[in-house]
Amino acid sequence: MVTTTSRRAAYEKTRKRRSIAVAAISSLIVVAAIVILVPQMPRWDRVRTSFFNGEVFRDSFPRLLDAFVLDVKIFLWSAPAILVLAMLVAMARNSRSPALFPVRVFTIAYTDIMRGVPVLLWIYLIGFGVPGLGLERPWNSPLLWGSVALVLTYASYVAEVFRAGIESIHESQRAAARSLGLTHWQTMRHVVIPQAIRRVVPPLMNDMVSLQKDVALVSLIGPIEILRRAGVDKSKFANFTPYVAAAVIFLCITIPLTRTTDYLLERERRRTTGTRVRS
Amino acid sequence: MKMSVRNLVKSYGNHTVLNGISLEIAEGTVVTLIGPSGSGKSTLLRCLNLLEPIDDGEVFLDGEDISLPGLDANPIRQRVGMVFQSFNLFPHMTVMENIILSPTRTRGVAKAAARVKALELLERFGLADKAGAYPDQLSGGQQQRVAIVRALAVEPEVLLLDEITSSLDPELVSEVLDVVRELKSTGMTIVLATHEMGFARDTSDLVCVLDGGRIIEQGPPSQVFTAPQSERAQLFLQRIIASGRL
Repeated sequence: MVTTTSRRAAYEKTRKRRSIAVAAISSLIVVAAIVILVPQMPRWDRVRTSFFNGEVFRDSFPRLLDAFVLDVKIFLWSAPAILVLAMLVAMARNSRSPALFPVRVFTIAYTDIMRGVPVLLWIYLIGFGVPGLGLERPWNSPLLWGSVALVLTYASYVAEVFRAGIESIHESQRAAARSLGLTHWQTMRHVVIPQAIRRVVPPLMNDMVSLQKDVALVSLIGPIEILRRAGVDKSKFANFTPYVAAAVIFLCITIPLTRTTDYLLERERRRTTGTRVRS
Repeated sequence: MKMSVRNLVKSYGNHTVLNGISLEIAEGTVVTLIGPSGSGKSTLLRCLNLLEPIDDGEVFLDGEDISLPGLDANPIRQRVGMVFQSFNLFPHMTVMENIILSPTRTRGVAKAAARVKALELLERFGLADKAGAYPDQLSGGQQQRVAIVRALAVEPEVLLLDEITSSLDPELVSEVLDVVRELKSTGMTIVLATHEMGFARDTSDLVCVLDGGRIIEQGPPSQVFTAPQSERAQLFLQRIIASGRL
């Protein structure tokens, strides 16, 4: 017995060590290739000074960070609005009551139309179009209507994600909930939607990361946020480094966001299930 | 009669699943539905729980017609509990949360009171230490017993059991059947569909053999299992005996 156990343990250990070695060596090769090969390109010097200029970076970074606050703000008020609107649309599309037939048709048309046109076009159309109706301040703000355009387009994508999640919950779960005397809405609220949301967190995060970046498109109708500020600085220094700095700032938000979600999902999975198939 | 079914008809499209079922369920008795797969046992139970709309006929609970169109089904479902073949526990909730969901949401029982009651039930069925576990961490037998506790927590007057041992390993079947025997001893009215013929013979007060959406034979188990009247019921029992299930 002892020998088999130790032999198994030894085997697992070698296997683990070997896979770590393979991963380390292959990463090293890729990094080395980039570090060695890229500087040998004929125009590398010019690219380095115009994209990776330390001085310009240091100078524009604080300004970009200031401007980025607006991006975060737009994200922070758009994201909850998107999630709520998307859930309402998904639930309406999923309703089975004949009385809600017109609502279903409307939501189908809504998702088809919003998803069928580029986000940028909606931002132009709604962001310039609605204030053009002659609304008074503050209702004519391009920031407001740009955000509305973002919310309307993203909600149509996210609604489809929610709908897929809701439909993936097996009918037997509804049957169990209804057999306990829960109403349709109680069943949705306590049984179907909590499970559906857990299931769609990865695609949902995908859309949220995407939103965090598309917030920058609102700048095209006026507001000075990070992308626009980077453009201004680019012209000022005649150097592309502000764009690289902006990219770094975006990554500082999006990467922790996705890593945290993955961690939370994994923890949840481990909490609710007992076993896992070996690798 | 606790429940009566009169001339119940249910079809899916052109396929008639229940073709004129009439059945009397006396208070405190165990009524067992047996019959080949697809004979309509599960559909009948789902109709008794009002999970399926019916096409014709009536279902009475305490003499009240609960099959009337437009009737609010939710309060009735609280009086007629149901347990399913595949347990159907809510995987995102602990055992305790599964059990107190309906009492707290549908009848406004305070959480603390619902918990006390749930713990009593769990204790009664030897599950007290599982209150904080998630369904996926339990064995099939434990999950099914939790599902029974969840149905009982709503304090139903009738319990419908839909092949509750069919997805269990053989050695786990008895722990679930023991629960049903205990419920019978407390005077619960039970309607169950099963393939456990020995259990049906020993525990039922009334056995109904279903075939093709009709009850082709009904009577006390002593009669149905030894001297069935209809030819098709005889054939069905012969096959059961031949397969060693009785």
